[in-house]
Amino acid sequence: MITADHLLLLSIVLFSIGVLGVLTRRNAIIIFMSIELMLNAANLNFVAFSRFGKVPELTGQTFATFIICVAAGEVAIGLAIIIALFRNKETVQVDELNLLRW
Amino acid sequence: MNGSEAIFGLLAAVTVLGAIGVITRKNPVHSALLLIATLMSVAGIYVLLEAEFLAAVQVLVYAGGVMVLFLFVIMLVDLEQRGKSAGAGRKLSKGTVALGAVLTVVFLCVLLSTFAMEPLGASHAGSEALRAGGGNLGSVALVMFRYYLLPFELASVLLLVAMVGAIVLGRFKL
Repeated sequence: MITADHLLLLSIVLFSIGVLGVLTRRNAIIIFMSIELMLNAANLNFVAFSRFGKVPELTGQTFATFIICVAAGEVAIGLAIIIALFRNKETVQVDELNLLRW
Repeated sequence: MNGSEAIFGLLAAVTVLGAIGVITRKNPVHSALLLIATLMSVAGIYVLLEAEFLAAVQVLVYAGGVMVLFLFVIMLVDLEQRGKSAGAGRKLSKGTVALGAVLTVVFLCVLLSTFAMEPLGASHAGSEALRAGGGNLGSVALVMFRYYLLPFELASVLLLVAMVGAIVLGRFKL
């Protein structure tokens, strides 16, 4: 029997991997993929509580749908920014983008 | 340990291993492909949790839309890494051709076997139950349009703004 604990455990592992990717990688595209991993971990939590909550209902699934929608918009904008960045600086490594560093 | 638990274990393992691969691979294309595997197995977990609509949205939006966008941008942007290994692997090896042929035959068999099946919804108990209850999609639609209509409309405005913003950012020289 799958319980909410299994899902929360999986979700926390997925979220931690995403945080690790954001903190350790320098390629902007891979940082974006790690953010997607974290959003998926949040979605898993929503669905888990929608299924195993005290009162099972579908609000969690609705919110997860909204999160997917926001994530799609975020990816479109973020990748457009990366393209604009690459046009100007010829790089996507975030440690080479130090224009605002004091 | 029953069946659904075993399937959950398998999907969770694929999810976690794929996620680890995403942040450890050197080549961004490999990362993107592993991310697709992760997202697909998360969709499988949604199916296990009886969230079929969300699983379909996950596959369509993430694996279908977002990841294609990612791969396009990787191939547009990641020129310096691609340049090193260009020219290699131009010729198809015998194994690749054989694998392609086998997959083509399997795909054709699957396609042609649909003619042998009976029409959809003829005598399936499961589909009848689904139609009677409206299924997961019907329930989600009720919740979404009865209680969350304003967020739904706001989400459409958000997507419109994101689309315009992406076009502006991508088109003009900033």
